[in-house]
Order: sequence, then structure tokens, then C-alpha cells
Amino acid sequence: MSDIAATNVQAGSVPERSRFPLHIAVFLAPALIIYTIFSIYPLVDTIRLSLYAGDETGARHFVGLGNFVTLLTDPAWSGQFWNALGNNLIFFAIHMVVQNGIGLGLAMLLSLPRLTGGSIYRTLLFLPTMLSVVIIGFIWQLILNPLWGIAPTLLKAVGLGSLFGPWLGQESTALVTVSLISVWQFVGIPMMLIYAALINIPDDLMDAATVDGAGPFSVFWFVRLPLILPTLGVVSILTFVANFNAFDLIYAVKGALAGPNFSTDILGTFFYRTFFGYQLQVGSPTMGAAVATAMLIVILLGVLIYLFGVQRRLQRHTF
Amino acid sequence: MPTIRPGRIAVHIALILYLALAIGPIVLILINAFKTRRAIFADPLGLPNSQTFTAIGFDRVFANSDFGLYFLNSLTVTVVSLGLIILIGAMAAWALTEYRFRGNTILSLYLAIGIMVPIRLGSVSILRMMVDLNLVNTLTALILVYVAQGLPLAILILGEFIQQIPKDLRDAARCDGVSEYRIFGSIILPLIRPAIATVAVFTMVPIWNDLWFPLILAPGAGKQTVTLGVQQFIGQYVTDWNAVLASLTLAIAPILVLYLLFSRYLVRGLTAGAVK
Repeated sequence: MSDIAATNVQAGSVPERSRFPLHIAVFLAPALIIYTIFSIYPLVDTIRLSLYAGDETGARHFVGLGNFVTLLTDPAWSGQFWNALGNNLIFFAIHMVVQNGIGLGLAMLLSLPRLTGGSIYRTLLFLPTMLSVVIIGFIWQLILNPLWGIAPTLLKAVGLGSLFGPWLGQESTALVTVSLISVWQFVGIPMMLIYAALINIPDDLMDAATVDGAGPFSVFWFVRLPLILPTLGVVSILTFVANFNAFDLIYAVKGALAGPNFSTDILGTFFYRTFFGYQLQVGSPTMGAAVATAMLIVILLGVLIYLFGVQRRLQRHTF
Repeated sequence: MPTIRPGRIAVHIALILYLALAIGPIVLILINAFKTRRAIFADPLGLPNSQTFTAIGFDRVFANSDFGLYFLNSLTVTVVSLGLIILIGAMAAWALTEYRFRGNTILSLYLAIGIMVPIRLGSVSILRMMVDLNLVNTLTALILVYVAQGLPLAILILGEFIQQIPKDLRDAARCDGVSEYRIFGSIILPLIRPAIATVAVFTMVPIWNDLWFPLILAPGAGKQTVTLGVQQFIGQYVTDWNAVLASLTLAIAPILVLYLLFSRYLVRGLTAGAVK
């Protein structure tokens, strides 16, 4: 160490650079230690564990990619895995279209110049996002409960009474209903992020376009939309990671079995059941680790597509 | 005088209609929690009045669950985690933004992994580790995990904030021979107070609301958080509408009060963070 320091000083570089300064290490150590032990190590260890299988005695042996072959091809597992992945994709698609669509619409309205009561609207519209997913799940379970009858009464009042059904209980509608509950809760996030991007566009740009004869639609399509594309990209990737990691809502509303008949099962609930077991099936830490690793791969693929496919093509504008 | 334009009225109608959809369900739970069972079913949309008012649901919640304890658990976990995230996060953010040293970029990237990759996916190993450390069913386990989970984003936000602090102060202090530790403790730490609101939006709320880690790391022994406690309570008393509505109200109320008090800072933090 002292040799290196000596050569560096001779080479004329700054002396502090040659030895790692103690105070920097002291400032960094607590964060690096906690983050490494409780975040990075478990992730790496989970990937390692996914390459092992355990037997009844608790002994573990290396099986390579065996768990993943089981997960993707064994009829006992693959049906559930593909079902959960498919449901998760539908869950994500509904969020992308409905949640981010409504979020964009609300942000457009809220960003209108000199809107009376704008901050009150923003505050109240963001309120559901602050509450626990579990609480939101129970609230909607009560409201949609045919026993209480609030939802059918309200639908009848607007002439749509015939549409009502036990949406959370039917196999055909449960997934869409759960997705929409989640959309209802989290619409505040795209709304706020897009709103922040919209109010940062200088008025001059829009004025210039208007002077040049652009109508409101053209101003939106050719001026504002291209400028908020980076934000829409961020919103998309945040939605993606959150959706493929979701668990709480389905568990609160439908339980670990994600009924009826696994129609609301997504990767998070599938992971939980695999890890902890359910009913007669015993939980398996190694298969659980394999499912978690599969989820990790899905999330990383999404992040990589975003970073290299989307973000790089989007030009960032700063004013 | 501003003239009232028909376009603006349409905008307000649209916003108010959506507002009703966003707030209505929450209001519905709050008002029905204070009504008799008969009134809950006969007139769900009505406000409680002298004939229909009752607090029996709350009595049952407090009699049949340790709600006060759950609340205290949630409060302890959230406050201790947030405090540690801010202190430890600020130290790391300060080191990474202030000093040029070898490995700086690599470390920043290493810390950024946690922003995109959910720590939840390491649960299998986290649980094994907590069993080995004898930390299952303790609040310590939750705090450690939440600090690890919250640090990456906190370091990013605090780093951007520290960069905006003028350099003169610390340079002057250095000329006077003040140690780096004292510069951080006496100059930087007091100055980052405004950033705490922003860090709080992104770290505190997810910690308070989380179900996953309480469920797998501390599901019993009186260490339940409010979210888990309510989930377990409702699972048990699902047919007792008064008790269910009361427990939901108790879970909503503290967040509601805090949010309405501090929403200005929260919303500002959220929109400011998004600009970057």
C-alpha cells in the first residue's frame, strides 16, 4: 500500500487520492453494509438457492436449472406459472391503458392555466394512493359486496343496474375487477408525475404554436406530448415494476389462493404459495427461490428494454 | 374580474365527478363506521344521526384486538426506519456527491440497483437470515429490511439536494480547519431538512402500508403492524360489519390526518422529484 502511495506522489497526482480517505469510508460504510447484507445478498442468495433442490431430510443438492425446467414444463407447475404470468400481463396492460390514461387526462385538466382550486383537486385525488393497498382492497370488497348493495343501488341510479354482478366472485370478471381497484388507487402517481412535467413546459412554446395557427389538439399532439414522453417512459417502467411485484391487494381481497379458480393469480401470489405452501402442498424454499428468480428476470427484462430501447431514443428537454 | 367560460365549467364538472369516484368510497367507509348495523344496510349513503349513531364497532375492535399495540408497532417501525434511512442515506449521499474518489461511479450504480429491483424478491433468503439471527417476530427484522429497501432512493434524492447546497459554506469551514465529520454534522445535516419531506413520501408511506414483510417476518407475538393487524382482524370478524368498518376507519384515520396536514409538502416533493 505504501509503495503505491509513494509512486503516486512521485507521479505528481494528488496525495489524498492514493490512500482511500478514512472519512469517506466512515460516511459510506453504514449504508453499504446494511444495503449489501439485507438487499443485495438476499437477491444473490435467492438466485443461488434457485439452483438447488431440497429433499425431506432438509439436505440440499445442486440441480442446475432443474427447478426452472420443472417450473416451465412439469404439468404440476407450468400451468400455474403461465397462468400467473398471463394474468400479470393483463394486470399490467389494464394499468398501462386505464391508470396511465386517466392519469394523463387528469394531469391535462389540472395543468390548465389559472385553474381554480387546482391544489385542492390534486391533494384529494392523490389521497387513495396514500392508503394501504390492503385497506383499499377491503373497502372495495365491501362496496362491491352484493349483500350491502351499494354498488347495484348506485348503478341503478344511473340506469346501469342490469350490469351489476358479483364481479369479484366470478372467474370471468375477477381479474379485471381487481386490476381496476388497483388502478383506482394508484392513478394519483401518473397524474402527479405527468402534471409536474406539463407545468414545466414553458408557455412560450405553446403560445408560439398557437400564434402559428395550431389548434388545441395540435398543440397537445405536436408540442406537449413529445415533451412529456420521457415522463411517460418513467411512468411506464414504474408501473411495470410495481405490477410484476404486486401481491398485497390480491392477498387481501382473494387470499393466497387468488380465486376463483386462480383467475386472479399473479406472480406475487404464486411466489407466496410456492414458498409457504397452501392447503396440502408443502412450501418449498428452493422452488420459491426459482419463482422469485423468474420474477427477477421478467423485471430486469422490462428495465433493460426501457433503458436501452425506450429511454435512449427519448430526447430530454431542459428549459 | 375573470369571466366564466363554459369550457372551464366542463373541466370542473369532470374533475368533481372523478373526485367523487376517488373520495366517495373512503367517505362511505368513514360514515358507516359510526352507524348501527340496521342503518348500514337500510341507508348506506346517509350520515349518522342521533338515532343511528353508535360506536359499538370501535368497542369491539379494541376489545378483540390489540389495535393500540399494532399502531405503536407501525409507528416504531416507520419512525425508526425513516430516521435511519435519512441519517445513513445522507452520510452516503454526502460522500458520493462531495468527494471524488476511485470507485465513486461504480458505488453509485451499485446503490441504484435497489431502486429498480424489488428487495421482496429476496424474501426466501431474508427469512432464512432472520431465522438464523433469531430476529423472526421482532420489529428489528422489519426495520433492517426497510432501511435496506429505502436507502437507494433516499441516497439519490438527498444527493441531488446536497448538490444544490452552495459550496462556500463548506469551503470556508475547511479553511478554518473544521473536520469533515463536523462539516457534515453541523452544516450539511441541518440544511437537508427540506429534503426530508421528499424522502418521507417515497419511503415512509410504503413502509407504513406494507403487508408483505410483516406477513412473512413478524406475523405474530404481538409484533403485527396496523396493516397486518387489520388484515388478520377482518379475516376473523368478516361478518361483523360494525367491527370491520371500525377497523378500516382506525387504519385510515391517522394517515388521513397526517396527509391533510402535510399534503402541501408531500405533493411538492413528489412534483419536484419528478422534474429530474
